[in-house]
Amino acid sequence: MNSNIGIVIKREYLERVSKKSFIFTTILMPLFMAAIMIAPALITMFSTPELKHIAVIDNSGIIAPTLKNGDGVEFISITDSIEVAKANDSIDGILLINSDILTSQTGATLYTHDASSMLIEQNITSQIENTIKNIRLKNYDLENLDQIINDINADITLTTYRINEEAEDSSSSSTLSYIIGMIMSLLLYMFLLLYGQLVMTSIIEEKNNRVLEIMVSSIKPGQLMMGKILGIGAVALTQVLIWGLIIVSMSAYVLPSIIPAEIMGEVNAFNAGSLNAATASNDIEMLQALSVISNVSYVVSLFVYLILFLLGGFLFYAAMNAAIGSAVDNVQDASQLQSVVMIPIILGLVMSMSIINDPNSTIATTLSMIPFTAPMTMMTRIPFGIPTWEIITSLVILYISFIGMVWLSAKIYRVGIFMYGKKPSIKEILRWINYK
Amino acid sequence: MDLIRIENVTKHYANHTALDNVSLNIPKGCIYGLLGPNGAGKTTLIRIINHITAPDSGMVYFDGRPLSANDVANIGYLPEERGLYKKMKVGEQAIFFARLKGLSKTDATIRLREWFDRFDISDWWNKKVEELSKGMAQKIQFIITVLHRPKLLIFDEPFSGFDPINANLLKNEILKLREEGSTIIFSTHNMSSVEELCDNITLINKSHNILSGKVEDIRLQYGKNRYEIIFNGDANSLKEQLEPLLIRCITIPLENNSTKLLLNFKDEAKLKDIITIANNNSELIGIVPSMPSMNEIFIQTVEEYNKTLI
Repeated sequence: MNSNIGIVIKREYLERVSKKSFIFTTILMPLFMAAIMIAPALITMFSTPELKHIAVIDNSGIIAPTLKNGDGVEFISITDSIEVAKANDSIDGILLINSDILTSQTGATLYTHDASSMLIEQNITSQIENTIKNIRLKNYDLENLDQIINDINADITLTTYRINEEAEDSSSSSTLSYIIGMIMSLLLYMFLLLYGQLVMTSIIEEKNNRVLEIMVSSIKPGQLMMGKILGIGAVALTQVLIWGLIIVSMSAYVLPSIIPAEIMGEVNAFNAGSLNAATASNDIEMLQALSVISNVSYVVSLFVYLILFLLGGFLFYAAMNAAIGSAVDNVQDASQLQSVVMIPIILGLVMSMSIINDPNSTIATTLSMIPFTAPMTMMTRIPFGIPTWEIITSLVILYISFIGMVWLSAKIYRVGIFMYGKKPSIKEILRWINYK
Repeated sequence: MDLIRIENVTKHYANHTALDNVSLNIPKGCIYGLLGPNGAGKTTLIRIINHITAPDSGMVYFDGRPLSANDVANIGYLPEERGLYKKMKVGEQAIFFARLKGLSKTDATIRLREWFDRFDISDWWNKKVEELSKGMAQKIQFIITVLHRPKLLIFDEPFSGFDPINANLLKNEILKLREEGSTIIFSTHNMSSVEELCDNITLINKSHNILSGKVEDIRLQYGKNRYEIIFNGDANSLKEQLEPLLIRCITIPLENNSTKLLLNFKDEAKLKDIITIANNNSELIGIVPSMPSMNEIFIQTVEEYNKTLI
């Protein structure tokens, strides 16, 4: 009889992975995700911001000569009155400097035709502030002023390492952890919802076209349910494994070969701890990110956890979905019962978005131990680095809960599949558990 | 020797009792009619034999041993509500179901090819089920049911949805299966097919077995003291004279002033007395024993049983 589970799993699996839609989504999803991540960078790279022309009417005579063009702004000194300048459509804005600029806080005004941008405003204020600061410093009449200013200028980049007792401290980037955590959580949310739904609808379909009647004369209902869950679970696993393989091989082979040698050299130096931040030609934050995603063993470990939580979460929720599917005759009737499944999944995602800002808070650790929310919250936290025992405890709870849920669902399922007609209430469904 | 022995089986659901202390024996190599009104408990009984649900009390024996999960490999079940995976190809699907019943892929393929040839449907092999008509899908399902050559076959309304030609084809296949030694449980509401096919029957009504036995015995038993009298003369006066001996009487006026009476006499009535009374009170044309149809037996037995409940 046990070999019958195998036959059912095989049918469920082959029917789905041989579908064109499966092949398409499996290949297109990573491309789509990559496009979403790369697109903003590409857009900023290839589109130069429009140059803004700012006319400067400097009544003090000290600011205008020090204004530097750049960052999309070009300053033009004019002597016209403000009214004349305002009438000129060819300029984007007018900067009016009062003669008391050195002593007044409100000595500078910007007029624009369109809404001004924050960047331009910051650019202007910081330039004016610098100039005034320099003039005021000069008024102290110090010797070697330029030398002093050069010496006191500071430039600090915070290099962060995660303390790791088992291995060398690994470089960490919280921005990257944030992004990875969010992607993982979203991915789990999507998988649990979509694949859970698939289990439910396919059971409703079997019930509706009465295939179940023949099936249960060959295989026990509980085994049939498990066969379906495991078959569809194997499909989900295949999809993630393919994606994982793509990403790991990117991290191991493609990434090192497409990144310029000079940057890679700095990444390696960074990894070795010998990088001098002051002389590095690249942004430290980016080097950190590259260092993390080119760390193959780190990427692999993330995937192993992802798969464990995905499988545990899927099995747990699929058992619930199977019970719901068996209890109703059509998808419409299922929607109300399905909220029992949907709400905790959505809650898990929403909570992930908040705990990502404080991955070690009490609420984060609590939700990680509750099987309903554990997959999403745990995968959000793992990129930030949390103790292994905590991950294992969460997994053990999740898998034990899955076994309990299967036991309960199988009891509902074996009654539900023979119930046609009126949509049962949750109370009725729970009563089925006690049927002999 | 009985293939199936059902002893005092009772099954309750939340609001009603599906089977109440039902016992019956199904001899090997017979076609056994399982009859009864809708909702009488037939499907529950079939599910218990199929090991899909368990009885609350009572025992089911298969081939002399208590029924176990492994016995389902020796059972083929064609449910009343037919269904196949719509998106799956016919051949692939038939192999899938055969393997669930324990056949190897090779054996299943060889046997399926034989059946497909016999039904002249070999070109359906690679079609999807959704491309088939209802009748075509039913043929496939029949093949799936019998493919693993089970000792016991359960057909629930096997002829519904078939045209007369295909129904006849199927009937011959069922008779052939009996010749080859299969035991067949045949559940139907079509009483003429019961007369044609069944060796034994059980009639289930309101969760009880109210009639069991060989079809011929039952018809003889119900035909005892049942006669058809054809005569010329006043039907009412004859009926009055026969009244003390009668249980039931149906009057059918015929042409040429004749009348046919379908009469059901009490046990103590003697044919000699009946003929005397008929002869004295009418111009007797003929008197013949009348065998009741299964249809009549069905209706009569169920109605009488239901009266005792009121």
